[in-house]
Amino acid sequence: MKPLTDKQLDLTIARMLRWGVTLAAAVVFVGGVISMLNPGAATLDYSHFRADSFPTIAGIFHGAFHLNPVNLIQVGILILIGTPVLRVVFCIAGFARQRDALYVAISTTVLLILLYSLLPGGK
Amino acid sequence: MNPAAFTALLFGTSVLAGLLGALTGLGGGVVIVPALVLLFKVDLRYAIGASLVSVIATSSGSAVAYVREGLSNIRIGMFLEVATTLGALLGAYLTARFSNHAIAIVFGVVLLCSAYSSYRSRNWTEPTSKPNRLASRLKLTGTDPTAANQAYNAERVPLGFAVMFGAGTLSGLLGIGSGAVKVLAMDQIMKLPFKVSTTTSNFMIGVTAAASAGIYLRRGYIDPGVAMPVMLGVLAGSLIGARILMKARVEALKILFSIVIVILGCEMIYSGLTGRI
Repeated sequence: MKPLTDKQLDLTIARMLRWGVTLAAAVVFVGGVISMLNPGAATLDYSHFRADSFPTIAGIFHGAFHLNPVNLIQVGILILIGTPVLRVVFCIAGFARQRDALYVAISTTVLLILLYSLLPGGK
Repeated sequence: MNPAAFTALLFGTSVLAGLLGALTGLGGGVVIVPALVLLFKVDLRYAIGASLVSVIATSSGSAVAYVREGLSNIRIGMFLEVATTLGALLGAYLTARFSNHAIAIVFGVVLLCSAYSSYRSRNWTEPTSKPNRLASRLKLTGTDPTAANQAYNAERVPLGFAVMFGAGTLSGLLGIGSGAVKVLAMDQIMKLPFKVSTTTSNFMIGVTAAASAGIYLRRGYIDPGVAMPVMLGVLAGSLIGARILMKARVEALKILFSIVIVILGCEMIYSGLTGRI
């Protein structure tokens, strides 16, 4: 395998981030357009916080598949949150190719903290 | 208000917030939260939820431009992300414990400090390359391509790490990127070159925000109706702002914006104290 310079790793990651954001923004935008075309479906009182529980991931994707605008926006937001997580995964792979055990361990720690917050069970 | 008008107004305000955030270097989050709360009477929890989403978008969206400059240091960034993500977990935990009044007051104080830090002319500290054992062992070193590839290394690593933990806590508590505190930790405390500090900070903001985003999502702080126009608007505004920054000198604008941020900060503290938030 070719050695991977830090600069190459940096650029690969930055491009990946841009793709992730573009995809997320596009999905959120489509959801927004559909919701603007079908007004009345969404509640508009944001002045008081209601502790609605977030629906399940499966439910969101099912709704998004049927072009439910709220679920589409949620899918976009999930993609967006997933991009920095994927970035850390890329870094682990990059450091592994550079045989940098210390930084494989440090990046894995960051990934575990992120997964702890993202997976159900954390508060 | 009718849904389309509400969304359009929210989008327009978010574009302005993103623009202001990019030009002052403070990020869109510190501007959009008070705008949502004070102008649109949106509950503080929905405001910080939407802001956090826009922070991830802005940080990831501008990464390519920063990396092209070849200045961000992924090792230093990754090492310090251990501190910021742990801090973000604590911050998101505290958000549920604090009342809206308390969060508004903390937010106002952070706004005033941010305005001060962006107004104050930065005292240029010469990056030293005094060898540091801990920094060498953790590979917190690099070369600065803008200064004839001069070698640099981090100093006062434990203190920098601790301040980064604080930056993460603020980010998780208030739904902001807290880039100013991250830059402070790297530039002033760890004595890294300023440009390396700002670009590495941008790289870290997205990962830090992702650590509290999952918790915000499950608590229902990220409402699609608010987050959609805010995310798209702040992203658009900050991309436009970055282009303007490359072409024009914005010193006069910066003073004007600092005044806007001071007013927003005072209003947040006042609203928090009088219980209007």
